[in-house]
Amino acid sequence: MADHRADVVVVTPRRKELARVLAHRGGQGLGVAVLVSVLCFLVVRTLPGDAAYRIAAGRYGYDLVDQEAADAVRAELGLDRPAWRQLADWLLDLFQLDLGRSLVTSRPVVEEVGYYLLGTLQLAAVSLAIAIVIGAGAGVLAARRPGGPMDRLATAWVASVRAVPPFLLGLLLVVVLSAQLGLLPAVGHGGAASIVLPALTLGIGLSGLVARITRDAVVEVRASAYVQFAQTKGLPERWVLVRHVVRNAAVVLVPYLGVQAVILIEGVVVVESLFSWQGLGHAMVHAVFWRDVPVLQATALVLALLIVAVNTLVDLAVLWLDPRPRRLEVAA
Amino acid sequence: MRALLRTPLTATLTAGLLAVSACGSGPGRDAPSDTLRIAGPFEVHSLDPTADGEIFTRLEVTETLVTSDLEGELAPGLATEWAAADGNTQWRFELVDGATFHDGTPVTAEAVVAAVERAAAVEASPLAEIPIERIDAEGSAITFELEQPNLTLPAVLTHYSTAILAPASYDERDQVTEVIGTGPYEIEDIELPASIRTTRSDEWRGEAPDVENVTFQAVGRPESRALMATSDQADVVFGLEPAGRQRVEGSDGVRMESSLQPRTILLKLNADHPVLGDVRVRRALSLALDREAMADAVLREEELAATQLLPPSLTAWHPELEPLTQDQDRARALLAEAGWTPGADGTVQRDGEPLELELLTYPDRPELPALATAIQAALAEVGVRLDVEVTNSSEIPAGQADGSLQLALIAKHFALVSDPLVDVSTVFAPEGNDWGVMNWRDPRVETAIDALLAGAPEAEAARHRETIVRVAQEELPLIPVAWYRMNAAVSDRVEGFVMDPLETTWRITGLTWSS
Repeated sequence: MADHRADVVVVTPRRKELARVLAHRGGQGLGVAVLVSVLCFLVVRTLPGDAAYRIAAGRYGYDLVDQEAADAVRAELGLDRPAWRQLADWLLDLFQLDLGRSLVTSRPVVEEVGYYLLGTLQLAAVSLAIAIVIGAGAGVLAARRPGGPMDRLATAWVASVRAVPPFLLGLLLVVVLSAQLGLLPAVGHGGAASIVLPALTLGIGLSGLVARITRDAVVEVRASAYVQFAQTKGLPERWVLVRHVVRNAAVVLVPYLGVQAVILIEGVVVVESLFSWQGLGHAMVHAVFWRDVPVLQATALVLALLIVAVNTLVDLAVLWLDPRPRRLEVAA
Repeated sequence: MRALLRTPLTATLTAGLLAVSACGSGPGRDAPSDTLRIAGPFEVHSLDPTADGEIFTRLEVTETLVTSDLEGELAPGLATEWAAADGNTQWRFELVDGATFHDGTPVTAEAVVAAVERAAAVEASPLAEIPIERIDAEGSAITFELEQPNLTLPAVLTHYSTAILAPASYDERDQVTEVIGTGPYEIEDIELPASIRTTRSDEWRGEAPDVENVTFQAVGRPESRALMATSDQADVVFGLEPAGRQRVEGSDGVRMESSLQPRTILLKLNADHPVLGDVRVRRALSLALDREAMADAVLREEELAATQLLPPSLTAWHPELEPLTQDQDRARALLAEAGWTPGADGTVQRDGEPLELELLTYPDRPELPALATAIQAALAEVGVRLDVEVTNSSEIPAGQADGSLQLALIAKHFALVSDPLVDVSTVFAPEGNDWGVMNWRDPRVETAIDALLAGAPEAEAARHRETIVRVAQEELPLIPVAWYRMNAAVSDRVEGFVMDPLETTWRITGLTWSS
């Protein structure tokens, strides 16, 4: 434990880089949190209509809401306080890590958002895995002989999955896998089987571009001088692929996947609603609709922090993957 | 251009897909034989009966003191009998013997009083409208003392917001954390907002129902619901759209059931407006509408065209009247009578001013904006220019409050509690109502409503109801446009399904498995 050598840690360039990335992203996360909160608050205030009325409608249903019910909600939630007071209270609570309670359901926001976040992360992870297996697999195969039959097949795949909107692809999968073959439940949230269809819909849709990017990256890397050198020095083809081609191609692919992961986390409302999958997109739409400001702010906050987190992971992964050492300070 | 091309293409592809899959009958998977699977569009966001309580009365988990039968007549719930005294200011509800909450505790009058008081404190509950002075527990009964005579109290107590929960359902902040009711089914598992599982309760005082377990799944997309209905992934599916209905009708093993809902789509108008204050203009607007074509095009059912304010399913409120029909010549003649003559551009004008009106509606019910544009086109044909603004529904009460509202297209439910009188009396309130008349009152209607609220005997009551609907038809403070139909796809596994127009419960206890 008390290893005196630990006191004189030699900061290697890579570790220094790691600290730089983490510090930079941490600061970014904090800034984003405040900015997003304030923006959400302001945006909701500019939406048309009486917020108290919308919240009352979300709580009690349209048929039961009139001006009196809306006024009761306004008084209960203090919506008639000046705007700056409401914002200041929220920010104060936020710094105490208290996200408050939903205006509509009265449940703690942490519970609500946590539930939807879990759904979103599960779906995004499985979809990305499917996209990588199908897309990267097809891309590597296509790149073996550019212009060959596999390459053409992959191009056809890319074009067709990009052309079909996710909603239609989802319906198609439901009709075939669920209604016709009876293999999977059409909708639902919970059972392991229920994630397959929404994840397939998103994963297949994404696999086209992943295949395209992988193929181009692999073709480019294969034509590079260092791969040719590796081949010339007599390294078996498999080792060339694993050590040089895949690793270098991944430097291109990983940031792209990071962007896709962000898209998956942010906006898959259509697929979520088609399969009744409970995710953040769904929660956010409802929060806007019902003027549920705390839930909206928390959802946007979580999304913003997730984007920062994904970017951090991408940075770290690239740092680890990229064989070229960067920002090496020249030792005197 | 691309977007234009894409939409019909997607629609064609979807239709094609559905058609292809309809040809082959999907292999039914082995459904759990003792579980009734219900799917519907309704998400559940709260356990509180005053918020999302309808789902729990529909699933027969919770009960209200009074309930209603299929004809909308009052029926015993947790109370077996009730009576008023002292000029209808004292009400006494006798509780049923041997009722037990799902946690095994007995249903006491004190627990019932606490639950009812809680509902009365929520402004959105119809119970808040009743002038209650105090509620007391008296042995096996609860009593209401009212500030003014009221006869609608038993009907109001059919509303789901007054469902009775066990004291253990609430936490120290008085929030509902668990739904512990008294119905034939108890909650086994809830995952808000989309799924609920219930099972037969051992505490139920009546005969054990045939169906042992029930699952409810909220499914937002109508396409998904239709697929569930036809591929045997649900036994009862509520809320299908026209394409889904056709698909169900073409499938084996599943049938459509439907019932008129006590809801009317109507044009609410400001009767104090310089133009709309003239009854001839209001009649002209009504005569300009081709309701059948609109109902056919938007709701896909011609019969939903409204011929009077309330739908025929509310028999007591649907007297024989001259139906509202289209007559453009008569509409133009009435406008001319009111001083509006055709101008150069086809728009009618008076003193050089064209007749321009603004209509507000909201997108929460997707048929409303579509109907609004149909109304716009129909009025243009008689020379009335209409600006349609699709906005937030709260703009309508706001416009009513500041007097700026001209016209609004709304969907109004007329039987939130089992007696439509409660809703009719608020809709025609002399001071106006957010979802009723604006700046309009008529002594004939006021007298009739007062007499009904005071408990007029049946023969007389029928006459009063007729007066209200007839005066509304002549004076048109609200212009009816269309009625609503609700539907469900029901699997042949299930027998005895009935559709309650008031949706008080889904009558699961009445269902049996077909052999």
